[in-house]
Amino acid sequence: MTGLFSEVFLSALLFGAVTAAIPLLLAGLGEQMSEKAGVLNIGIEGMMLAGAYLGFVGAFYSGSLWLGFLTGAGGGIAVALVMALLCVRIGLNQIVIGIALTLGLEGLTALLHHFQFSRSYPRLPAVDVTVIPLLSGIPVIGLALFRQHLIVYLAVALVFAMGYIYRRTQLGLNLQAAGDKPAALDVAGIDVARTRTIAVLTTGALAGLGGAFLANVGAGLFIPFITNGAGFLGIVLAMLARGRPVWVLFGALLFGVCLSLTTAMQVAGINIPTDVIQMLPFLAVMIMLVLFGRRASLPAALGIPYERGVR
Amino acid sequence: MSSATSLSVDKRDIVALEGVTKRFPGVVANDSVDLAIRPGEVHVLLGENGAGKSTLIGMLSGLQQPDEGRILVDGEPIAITSPRHALALGIGTVFQHVMLVPTLTVAQNLLLGGPWWQRPKTEELEARVAEITRALGITVKLHAKVSELSLGEQQQVEILRAMVRNSRLLILDESTSMLTPKGIDELGALMRRLVEQGLAIVFITHKLKEAAAFGDRISVLKLGRKVGEIPPERFRALGEQAIVSEIVELMFGKQKDDPEASERPVRTIHAGAAPLLQVHELAVAPTDDAPGLLSISFDIRPGELLGIAGIDGNGQKQLAEALAGQRATVSGSVRLQGTPIEALSVGERRERGLRYLTDDRLGEGTVGTFPVSINFFLKQVGAAPFWRNGVEQRAEIDKRAAQLVREYDVRTPSLKTPVARLSGGNIQKVLLARELAEGAKVVIFNKPTYGLDLANTLASRQRIRNTAARGLAVLLISTDLEELLSMCDRIAVISNGSLVGTVENVGDARSKIGRLMIGLAA
Repeated sequence: MTGLFSEVFLSALLFGAVTAAIPLLLAGLGEQMSEKAGVLNIGIEGMMLAGAYLGFVGAFYSGSLWLGFLTGAGGGIAVALVMALLCVRIGLNQIVIGIALTLGLEGLTALLHHFQFSRSYPRLPAVDVTVIPLLSGIPVIGLALFRQHLIVYLAVALVFAMGYIYRRTQLGLNLQAAGDKPAALDVAGIDVARTRTIAVLTTGALAGLGGAFLANVGAGLFIPFITNGAGFLGIVLAMLARGRPVWVLFGALLFGVCLSLTTAMQVAGINIPTDVIQMLPFLAVMIMLVLFGRRASLPAALGIPYERGVR
Repeated sequence: MSSATSLSVDKRDIVALEGVTKRFPGVVANDSVDLAIRPGEVHVLLGENGAGKSTLIGMLSGLQQPDEGRILVDGEPIAITSPRHALALGIGTVFQHVMLVPTLTVAQNLLLGGPWWQRPKTEELEARVAEITRALGITVKLHAKVSELSLGEQQQVEILRAMVRNSRLLILDESTSMLTPKGIDELGALMRRLVEQGLAIVFITHKLKEAAAFGDRISVLKLGRKVGEIPPERFRALGEQAIVSEIVELMFGKQKDDPEASERPVRTIHAGAAPLLQVHELAVAPTDDAPGLLSISFDIRPGELLGIAGIDGNGQKQLAEALAGQRATVSGSVRLQGTPIEALSVGERRERGLRYLTDDRLGEGTVGTFPVSINFFLKQVGAAPFWRNGVEQRAEIDKRAAQLVREYDVRTPSLKTPVARLSGGNIQKVLLARELAEGAKVVIFNKPTYGLDLANTLASRQRIRNTAARGLAVLLISTDLEELLSMCDRIAVISNGSLVGTVENVGDARSKIGRLMIGLAA
C-alpha cells in the first residue's frame, strides 16, 4: 500500500483507461462519420451490442480473436444496414429508428445470450499483447500504453486515417457536403443516399468492432447490456469533437480514465462505493457538455432525411 | 420544315421542349410548353411567381420528370433522369438558392462530384479555373470559404462550376433576385461574354427590365402556359421600351407603358391634426453587424404616408424593430396618440395599435410549417375568441381565417396548407391581413414589395394606400425609390443610422432625395 500515486496504481489506471477508451474511440469515430454525412446515428448503441455479442460468439467458437473482431464488425454492419435502409433510403425519423434499434438489440442480444451461455458464462483467454520495444520500458506509461493488443494501435492509427479522409479525399468532401448541404451534393451529381449509406455502414463496422473489443479484450466475456452506454458516450464525443477525429481520441481517453478509476481505486485499496465511481464518466459528460456544448457545431442538415427538390 | 402546330425541330437547338406538361397535386405547373434553346443566345424565361418557371428548370436539370411531352437534346428525345445525367448532357444549372456547401472552400465545392475513391484533383482544377476566369475576365478566390463570399461572388462560383464541367447550356434561375444593382449589371455582362463563346443560356426572371436588357429571345410564361415568344430578329428590331410594352401586353393582355408607374392621387392631410406617431431623438446602439440609430425624430399624422428612403443596411431594419419594440433603444421617446410607448413590450405596443410588417416574411413573420389559418393569428395566440382557457378554438379560427383569405385574396389550396408552401406574394397577403386587422392605428411596412412579382407588388401597394386612406399613420420603409415616390406624402432619407433630411413629395422630390442619398444637402 503506497497510496494513490504509486506506480502500480497509475499504471493500472492508465492501462484500464486505454482499454476502456478504445470502444469509445471506435464508437466516436464511427458516429462522427455518420454525423458528418448528416445522419444522427442513435442506433450506435445497438450496433455496439450486436458487435459485442457476435464478436464474442465468433471468437469463442473459432478460438481466434481476429475472427471475433471480424464477426463483431459484421454484426455492426448488419444493424447499420437496417438503419441505412430505413433512415437514409426511406427517410424515416433517425431518432425514432435509432432508439428502436438500440432497444431491440439490447433485448435480442440478452435473449440469445441467455439461451446459449446462461449456464456456463464462458470466458475467453487473456489476449496477446504486442509489446513495442524500448517505449514499453518507460515506467508507468510504458506498461500502460505500449503493452496492448495490436488492435489498440490500429484504432489509434485510424484516428489519423480518418483525419486524412476528411481533409484530403474526395470521399471526405462528399461526406461533409452530404451533412452541410445535401442538395449541393445532389446537383453536383453525387447520390446523397449512397454517400450517407457509406457513412452509416462505416459507423456500423466501427461500432461493431468497438463492441467486440469491449467483450473480447475488455471483459473477456459477453454479458447482457455490456456496452453500458458506450455508444451514447460515442455520440457525445462526436458532437463535442466538431468534426475532428483527434478530439474524439482526447475525449475517449478522458472518459476512459473516468471509467477505469473504479478498478484502479480497488487496486490502490481505496474504498468508495462503486456506484458513485461508475457515475463519474456520465458526470464528466455533463461537465463537458456544459463547458463545450455551446461550441459544438453540428452539420446543418444533421438528422434531416434528404429528399430531392424539397427546400 | 413543317408549319404545323407542333414545334419544328431545328438542328441548331441544343435542347428543345415539346408539349411538356407537369402536374402537381392541385395545380398544372406546366401545360404543354414548347421551348427551343440555341447556342449563342440568352433565352429569357419571363413570368410571375407561380408561372411555372422553376418547374421547367427542375425538368431540364433532372430534378423532376415531365408527365407528358418530351425533351430533346441535340434533336434526340431523352429522359433526363438525374442531376448527374443533366450534367453529363452539358446542362448546368445555377439555382435560385445557392447550391454551394458553405463550410467548404470554393475549390472544394468545385471538386464535389468526383468519384469518391479518388483524391481531389486540385492542381488540374486550378489550371482549368485559371483558363476559364481569364477568358471571362472574372476573379474567383479559390481558397476562400464559401460562407465568407458575398452572394454575387457565390453566384459567380456556381457559373464557374458549370463551366468547369463543360456545360453547353447554362440555366440561371432567378439569379438576380439576391444581387445588388451593380451585381446585376456584372451578371448581365458576364452572360453576354458567355454567349459570345457559344454557350446557350436560359435566364429566368420576373423583372421586365432585366429581360429587355439581357435577353436575345424572350419566352413569356403565364400560369404554366407559354403565352408568347419574342424571337431575336424581332428583339433587335424593337427598342427597349417597345419590348417592355410588348411583354406587358403578353403578360397582362393590356397595354401599359410602365406597369409600375402609377399616378399618385392627390390627397389632403389635415396639417392641424395631432400626429398619431411621434418619434423623438430615438437612438439605438450599434452592433457588430448593424449600424445603430442616431437621434431619429419624425411625426406621422393620421392618413399620412411617410417614406424612409436609403440604401439597404443603413439602419432601416433597426428603426422598424426599435419602433415595434423588438430592439432595445438607448434613449429617445416614441409616442402613440400622445402616450409614451417606448417602455412597452412588443405585445403591448401591438395591442395599442402599432403594427409592424417585417421584411423577413418566412423567418420572422410566419411559422412556415404552421397552417395558413394559424398564421393569421400568431400574434393573438392564447387570446379569445380564438383560444379559450388555453384551448384552440378550431371552428372560430377557421371561420375568421376563411374570411381573411377571401378578403385579402390569399391563393392557398386550403386553410391547412403550411404557409411556407405559398408563394411570396401570398405569404405577404397573410401578413397584411394579420397586421391590418382590428385596432391598427400606425403601421410600419418594411420593404413590403421586396421579391414580389408585379401583380402582387401592385396589390400590396394598393393595400398600403388604402391603409393610409382609412386614416392610419403609415411608415413605409423601402429601398425602391420609385415605390416611395409613387406613394408617399413625405420621404425621409436614412443614411448611416440617422435621418439626413425629409422631403415633401412634390415637384423635384426625386432629385432632392437622390442628392440626400449620396450625401449632399437637399
